[in-house]
Amino acid sequence: MKKNHIILLAIAAALLLVLPQYLKNYGVYLLTYWLIFVLATMGLNLTVGYAGQKSLGHGAFFGIGAYTVAILLKAGISWWIGMPLAALLCFVVGLILGFPALRVQTIYLAFATLGFNTAVWLVMRNEEWLTGGTFGINNVARPGLLGLSLDANRPYYYFVLGVTVLMALLLLGLLRSPWGKAFTALRDNPIRAESLGINIRAYTLLAFAIGAAYAGVAGALFASLVQFIEPAPFAVAASIMMYLMVVMGGPGYFFGPVLGAAMGVVVPEWMRDVPGVSEWYLPLFGAAVVVLMVWLPDGLLSLPDRIRAKRASREASAARSAAAAAAKGVKA
Amino acid sequence: MTDFLQLFFSGLATGSIYALAALGFTLLWQAAGTINFAQGEFVMLPAFMMLGFMAMGAPLLVAFLLSCLVSVVVLGWAFKKSIVDPLLRFGMMPIVVATIGLSIAMRNGVRAGFSAEAHPFPSLFGDALFKVAGVTVTAADIGTLVFALLIVVGTQAFLAKTVTGRAMQAVAQNTESASVLGINVPRMIFYTFAINAVLACAAALLVTPTYLAKFDMGESLGTKAFFAAIIGGFNNSRGALLGGLIVGVSENLAAAYISPAYKDAVALVIFMVVILFKPQGLLGKKEERKV
Amino acid sequence: MTALLKVTDLKKAYGAIQAVGGVSFEVQPGEIFGVIGPNGSGKTTLFNSMLGQITPNAGKIELKGEDVTHCGPLELSRRGVGRTFQTLQVFGKMTVRDNLIVAAQEHHGSMVSRMFAPGDSGLGTKADALIDRFRIRHVAHLKAGTLSYGQQKLVDIAMAFMSEPDLVLLDEPCAGVNPSLVGGISTLLKDLNRNPASGKKSSFVVIEHNMDFVMDLCHRIMVMVEGKVMAIGTPAEIRANKQVLDAYLGA
Repeated sequence: MKKNHIILLAIAAALLLVLPQYLKNYGVYLLTYWLIFVLATMGLNLTVGYAGQKSLGHGAFFGIGAYTVAILLKAGISWWIGMPLAALLCFVVGLILGFPALRVQTIYLAFATLGFNTAVWLVMRNEEWLTGGTFGINNVARPGLLGLSLDANRPYYYFVLGVTVLMALLLLGLLRSPWGKAFTALRDNPIRAESLGINIRAYTLLAFAIGAAYAGVAGALFASLVQFIEPAPFAVAASIMMYLMVVMGGPGYFFGPVLGAAMGVVVPEWMRDVPGVSEWYLPLFGAAVVVLMVWLPDGLLSLPDRIRAKRASREASAARSAAAAAAKGVKA
Repeated sequence: MTDFLQLFFSGLATGSIYALAALGFTLLWQAAGTINFAQGEFVMLPAFMMLGFMAMGAPLLVAFLLSCLVSVVVLGWAFKKSIVDPLLRFGMMPIVVATIGLSIAMRNGVRAGFSAEAHPFPSLFGDALFKVAGVTVTAADIGTLVFALLIVVGTQAFLAKTVTGRAMQAVAQNTESASVLGINVPRMIFYTFAINAVLACAAALLVTPTYLAKFDMGESLGTKAFFAAIIGGFNNSRGALLGGLIVGVSENLAAAYISPAYKDAVALVIFMVVILFKPQGLLGKKEERKV
Repeated sequence: MTALLKVTDLKKAYGAIQAVGGVSFEVQPGEIFGVIGPNGSGKTTLFNSMLGQITPNAGKIELKGEDVTHCGPLELSRRGVGRTFQTLQVFGKMTVRDNLIVAAQEHHGSMVSRMFAPGDSGLGTKADALIDRFRIRHVAHLKAGTLSYGQQKLVDIAMAFMSEPDLVLLDEPCAGVNPSLVGGISTLLKDLNRNPASGKKSSFVVIEHNMDFVMDLCHRIMVMVEGKVMAIGTPAEIRANKQVLDAYLGA
């Protein structure tokens, strides 16, 4: 890795470890909220950014993760069993959602996943016997870790940080293995990929399943963070926001979700507190999204590549005009 | 039976409004590869524009025409120039996200800048009731259906029968060949955006009297328009009409015979069934994956 | 010796149009087999049938003695068939070297083992060898999408050879290529055919319109006209064939 990248990572790690000591309760809560969305959108980045699938139903997996853990806790089953079960359930449902993706492409797939999300949300809202319906499930407990209580905000933050970093390392390992190249091939040219022996069906299903599992884990963490869950945060609007986060951060860039989740979660909250802004924070956020897309269509993290490409083309055209001038000089 | 016919007929009227929004949505996709997630807000904004013009003293139809004009400039030309043109070559993702941002900005901008309340809106048609074949229908239902159908059929006739319309179709089917043939592609694409703006304006004129003008009226309308466009066939203009009518009628029937809570679910269920079994829509053509 | 590829009476119709109307031929191991014919003669349809992209209406395709008529592109790749495409199909956002690596990685190990394999699946040396052979070392680390058309064409061809297939199908390898590069491609292909990296013989089937290229490169040539085989023979035989001259080559 390049030297400045290592330095950046070190600074970021230091900030993440030290910052909560200086923030008030709400600040720590917001930071934890952000981390959970980094985890969820990391999964979506795999599905959308690396494998090129159009998934607008991620919020449903987030919700399935949250509800699984909450319902099991209510039945007396520990979070530590609930969370892996949530991840597994999301993995399986993600596989199932991948099947339409094999038959249907691009815009139609996007709508199919939207439909899936709405269907799941309707079940959450209407099946009171299971999910509490619109009344939701309250008093969701936080897990204990080896005898330590995670009930307070700060300890829970460090726990979430640990889980997120661990899952990120797993994902990095996967992307650096041959699977990473296979996903990129699937995204950029599925027909060619298949003719080279890449099983695009399998990789498509796995892109959905793994992405979904990440959202499931994030959902489990979310349930214990907010400790009261109801259907609203898992509706289509949430999926659309997560999609926004992936695209704004930079699809296919590993740290895209870090920036994207910051833009989607932290920035609106900050804006709300700026004096004079109040109810204009949402329209301003919307406008910011539009401006960002027009300026950097490949996301925030595409900026270094953009600068590099511009410099390279400037050098190339300078070389060309120098060569032309030299040729002219020789001719004369 | 008369109840059923009544519901059917008023469902057709609502459905024809969805058809207007769905048609614009489909045209933008076909001609300009644009998925406009802000289509619902494109209907909401003219509704408020018309209210504004009427507050300044203009009668309804004049307000409508003025709003059409402003919409063509803002929702047609400005939208295309500032958002669609720069992003078109980057694939679908940036445009989808940009239009999502636009819809958030428009919806909440109206709420913060104008009002969060629902405003009444005058109807073009008055309150008369008619009895047709034993079924009671309102003047608004008949008027809406006729007006919307005229616009949809008129748009399709324009596309199929006039030189400009056929040029627009050529651009939609094969942009490169069209430009080689000397068709002014950017202008044809602009016309598509302009038509979409007018269709949205017309939808606003017809739907707002019933739903009232509110900043979030675009949300459900936009969703229904998407569903309608997909159900009918996303690469086919006639599909938008069929899809809109299907959604309108089923909603009405579901609300009455099943339960009002499932009104929104019906469009969703039909949509899911279509996506799973005939993803190109009822009237659409299969789009092959190109090598 | 058994033919590597045997096509028997292949037929494919699109509605009323008989694109391929009963084509039969054999390709021997190590042979370069050319397919020529006017546009619309059914060459591409034949190719796509052989590559599992289309299912033929009738007829049989046998690879190394096994019936592969109904196999799809994935299965064919596993059985040792490689191909290039008429339109460039490289992975633009990956480097040239990665393009080559991904072209063969799925032929080694299983899905699970690949999760734990190193990033280049141990194919780094092979990729480098091919890069040197194709003389694209100076652009190997660049993103494939930034290369010139001719260079991308070379990458495209190299990708087809990475998995050391027994049969390589080349769809108009000279299309859109600078005339000065065509000779280079011909030499490269001859070299790959005579001195394969793996040591085992590989056969090529080449569709091309560039007559000089085809006559110079191929051991045998098949002429297709209107979906049927008009003649199969050595370049000399084809050049002397009166029917072919009248229908296709003649002035």
